[in-house]
This record gives sequence, structure tokens and C-alpha cells, in this order.
Amino acid sequence: MDSLTKKIREIASNILKEGKVEMVIGFTQGTIPMTSKPYMARTPEQTENFIWDRHCTLNLANYITGRKEKIGIIAKGCDSRNIVNHIVENKISRDQLYIIGVPCTGMADKHNPDELRDNCATCTHRNPVIFDIMAAEPVEEQKLDDPFADVKAIEAMDKDAKWGHFQDLLSNCVRCYACRNACPLCYCPTCFVDESAPQWVGKGQNKTDIQTFHFLRAFHCAGRCTDCGACEAACPMDIHVRAFTRKLNKDALDLFGWEAGLDMTKRPPLDTFNPDDPNDFIK
Amino acid sequence: MANLLEHIGLEKERLQFSWISSAEAGKFAKVATEVANTIEALGPIDKFVKKTD
Repeated sequence: MDSLTKKIREIASNILKEGKVEMVIGFTQGTIPMTSKPYMARTPEQTENFIWDRHCTLNLANYITGRKEKIGIIAKGCDSRNIVNHIVENKISRDQLYIIGVPCTGMADKHNPDELRDNCATCTHRNPVIFDIMAAEPVEEQKLDDPFADVKAIEAMDKDAKWGHFQDLLSNCVRCYACRNACPLCYCPTCFVDESAPQWVGKGQNKTDIQTFHFLRAFHCAGRCTDCGACEAACPMDIHVRAFTRKLNKDALDLFGWEAGLDMTKRPPLDTFNPDDPNDFIK
Repeated sequence: MANLLEHIGLEKERLQFSWISSAEAGKFAKVATEVANTIEALGPIDKFVKKTD
């Protein structure tokens, strides 16, 4: 057995035995090979079902929203940043959590298991930013020359090419909302697409409605997205959902020097006023 | 927000921001005219329009 898996099971089992937490959230083997699914262990025996491999692509921070009990959670770099987001946004308190940090060397691509998935290839926060215990020694962070090369390629297009690009991108969307459900940021009790009074957006397969869903969902993630890739991991149609949030992440970094989920003591840039905020768009 | 509009291929100028006090009637008229002129120059939007027929 993989030593990391063994270590995770050991830590999870110990904290349950010691009564530090009431449940531990982690991953277990999926129903088909090279997949994983979230798993909640409530007894020390159940921790034997935990696994850790290169297919733990979902973001476990999604499962702590608004919970009342004490929770142990297994967190790779991006999960830990989303946990910070949750704490900052008052969706859970820090003392409810026992975070088992797992240094991550990137998850495998769905279709080319030998390759890193896209967001892991440009990840610069592989080690958890908060944790109570680490399951292994931290790994070396990647140094990237240009983390936003893909966004810049789109920025360089003319406006019709851009529009064409995003029309193609969304042409397969079946509006299953798997991206939204997998996203740890999307915790609104009623999503704007599900509202009926007023109905913000049509419910059908009209392509403008589909585009509206994706553009607006992206806006809701501005300054909050950690590029964890859960949306794409969940998408059954292989849509590059991150194309929108990537642009917003780049803007957040360029305009506010901000990367989401790194510091529990800081408010997100769109939540605060600073006299130095860029304001040349106001006439 | 304007940046993402531009990123997906819509004209950034369609979304404009201004800060006008209720006492600044002159500025309001000036900005409104400017907005109207910009949009007129851009013409009707052909993207992101829901066709109901």
C-alpha cells in the first residue's frame, strides 16, 4: 500500500479514536478504475476505506459548508485554500476543523493518466496553506515563467474570434450543473439559475441561456477561485469551464495582487475598499 | 466585470461606470450623452442575444 494512504488512514483513525473529530472527509476508490469519490468516515474502522492517489481530483472543501460538527478533512494545496475561503466567508469556523495536510504533486488528467491535468500543471501552491498535521514532508513548489499563457492567447484574439472561441467552448454543455455542484465556491442555498421569482435565466437548452449561466457563475467566483479544477473534473462533456475563472484569476492578480485562499486574516479584494484600488474605469 | 466581457468578445464600452451626485445635473447629462454616443457608434449588439423564434 502507498505510504501516504497508510499515513492518512493512521492519522484519521487516531483523531476519531481520540474524539477530536466526529467524522473525517477524504477520498475512497471510485466505482471504476482511476477514479475516486469523496468519503466520510465516522468510525476508526471506516478509515480503512480511505485512499490517496493521482485521481483525487475533487475538492473536499465542498463538503464542509455550514456543517455543525467537528470535522477532520484531508486537504491538498487547493483544498486547503478553499478551506481558508470558507473560513473567511464564515461557512465554517477554524476550530471545528482538524486539517490533515497532504502535499500534492498534481493530479492526473482524466484522459491521459500519465499527464498532469491542466490546472495542476500551472499550480504554484502544492502544499497546504493551513493544516493541523501534515501527512508527509512538503514538496517543492513549481516555478512557472508564465502561469497565464492560455489566458494571454485568448486576450490576443480579436473580438469575433474570442466570441467564436467561447461559443465553441460551450457548445456541448448539457446544463447538468455538475461544475457548480462540484465547486466549493458555489454554496448558495438557491443558485441564480434555479430561482423562479424572478427567473434570471431561461431553464432550457437555449445557447444564450447556457452562456449566461457560465459567464455569471464565473463572475460569482471572481477573486475567490483557487483554480482547483473540480469543475472540470466533474464535467461529463469535458468543457474547459476554467477558461472563464482563469481570466478572473489573472485580473485579480494583476489588479489587486491577489490570489484566493492564502491568508485567513485578509478579506477578498471585492469585499473591501482600498484607496489604492484601480478606479480608472469610473468616469 | 468589463474585463471578462471584453475577454469573451463583447465590447467593453457597452458597460460604463460613473459616479454622479444628485446635484450634478450637468455631469449627468454629459455622461448620458457620451454613453449614448458610444453605444450608437458600436451599433446594435449581435452577440449574446436570445432569439425567441
